[in-house]
Amino acid sequence: MLAHGFGCDQNMWRRIVPSLAVDHRVVLFDHVGSGRSDPAAWDADRYASLSGYAEDVLEICRELALPPVTFVGHSVASMIGVLAANREPDRFAALALITPSPCYIDDGTYRGGFSRADIDELLESLDSNYLGWSATMAPVIMGNPDRPELGEDLTNSFCRTDPAMASVFARATFLSDNRADLAAVSVPTLILQCSHDAIAPPEVGSYVRQHIRGSRLVTLAATGHCPQLSAPEATAAALREFLEEVR
Amino acid sequence: MLEDSADDLYENAPCGNLSTLLDGTIARINRTLLGWLGYGRDEVVGRLRFSDLLTVGGKIYYETHYAPLLSLQGEVGGVALDLRAKDGRKLPVLVTSAVKTGDDGRPLLIRTTVYDARDRRAYEEELLRARRAAEAAERAAHEDRQRLQKLVEGLQRSLLPQQLPVPPAMDVAAHYQAASADEVGGDFYDLFPLGGDRWGFFLGDVCGKGVEAAAVTALARYTLRAATVYDPDPAQVLSNLNTVLYQEYLSDDHRFCTVVFGILGPATTEGRCLTVTGGGHPPALLLTAAGTAEYVPTSGGPLVGMLPGLQFTTHTYLLRPADTLIVYTDGLTDARIDDANGRYSHEALLEFAASIAPASATAAVASLAGLLAGFGAGLDDDAAVMALTVTP
Repeated sequence: MLAHGFGCDQNMWRRIVPSLAVDHRVVLFDHVGSGRSDPAAWDADRYASLSGYAEDVLEICRELALPPVTFVGHSVASMIGVLAANREPDRFAALALITPSPCYIDDGTYRGGFSRADIDELLESLDSNYLGWSATMAPVIMGNPDRPELGEDLTNSFCRTDPAMASVFARATFLSDNRADLAAVSVPTLILQCSHDAIAPPEVGSYVRQHIRGSRLVTLAATGHCPQLSAPEATAAALREFLEEVR
Repeated sequence: MLEDSADDLYENAPCGNLSTLLDGTIARINRTLLGWLGYGRDEVVGRLRFSDLLTVGGKIYYETHYAPLLSLQGEVGGVALDLRAKDGRKLPVLVTSAVKTGDDGRPLLIRTTVYDARDRRAYEEELLRARRAAEAAERAAHEDRQRLQKLVEGLQRSLLPQQLPVPPAMDVAAHYQAASADEVGGDFYDLFPLGGDRWGFFLGDVCGKGVEAAAVTALARYTLRAATVYDPDPAQVLSNLNTVLYQEYLSDDHRFCTVVFGILGPATTEGRCLTVTGGGHPPALLLTAAGTAEYVPTSGGPLVGMLPGLQFTTHTYLLRPADTLIVYTDGLTDARIDDANGRYSHEALLEFAASIAPASATAAVASLAGLLAGFGAGLDDDAAVMALTVTP
């Protein structure tokens, strides 16, 4: 099961799904409030904390009657996976956490990389981009003229990102502190991080590895926060290797 | 002829130009952008990534929104970001990027154009502030409205019986449909025991709406109960109500009402004797056990509370087993049914009644409630219905 993080939707997995789907059943979804999720399912209270999103992950497992899944969470979805796996460990065979951060804000000796003021700045940034949100994203011409359905997907999906919902998700994401939940993880866990990531720096990856018993950390030679886009082959290879290990 | 070179245009364009490697490392940057940022070329090229030029919040936005979109779509346009100049100043900009691909379609580098957006952003911030203010005002209005509706609902409830008592061997039901959640309506009804298996009932409509109408409604309801105890003859009850309401009518608030009032005699094998009178009220409907529907003349009397010393006429009927008497307010018959201001009418109601007869009070009220709900916004006025059946 692949879970996207804050800012995009399941299109994030586009480049690695073909490789994983060769011999695995892949479950993709958009978090409520993102992508093409049903706006009627939105509940500002439920989705004000990551636990609401974690509950949704468990609901998907139940609804699809999935056998224990390998949950691949990107960015904030990695902590959503940690919460879900701690709540109902039997539903999870393993966790793969891509560029995870258990806490984005510095706290004492812990370095998350951001201050509260930085996060407020981000929320402002979101606001200023919502003014022209649909106008900006709708006429985007895709680099895939031979696959026009991609353009339609993206345009529709991005247009539907409701500013109010995204703002709630941003707060739930960047104000979360899940450090205490790491120790409770009881399933095999892989951590994938990038060599240069402004959002989840290497120290944060190490912190996660130290606090999840038996976890393994792989650093990809990739820049940015989304190795599944910037280094899809290496990301898919690392995931496939992990899937073999936990099979 | 004016000469302009491509190089000079690139360097001194009225916008920032920037090329980065796929990992974001800045490979080329124009003089305009360096000037805005206050950096020397050597401090930037090969040393900084594009996201290093952004504020921290902008950097998160870039990594979570901009970079993925750019990667997926090959270009992103018109995104608002803030640059951080060397001296710490914030520069609001609009950023557009496109991926340059080689002949084989593989991405080679990212070209980015940066527009100064100080004026535009200031304007947008004004818009945002205005929007937030409007949203806050809307929220406040919404909360006020909810408080009002709660108040209205409570007041309305206090004017109507919570639950009708059920006389022996009878089925009774009532329904109230408010036309607006924001205003208390003037409709009222009640059914109450008088001892010896005799029962009083009434249903009426005070003209107008709102708190003043509600006060008169409460007055009418309690006066009717008290007047029935004083002298249960229906004509006398309405006469006494008229006296009380006329006192009110003489004050500033000229309210009057229409009402139908009746007494049900004790149950016999034949049914119950019904003595009924009306003041300016639409006629009651009788659904018979045989499946017919007809109006029984309860109307004709004068409006209650407008003139002193009025006389009312009493009619007596036998309500047989399985007969259902329906009383209602004119909100029902006056409901708008088309855009041309057409009204539901007494003819249509009679037809409807015939189509559901025979029906117990419960079934008839359920059907009428469905009819009322079907009017939707066509229901201009509140509507109340009450039905009484002698069970076979």
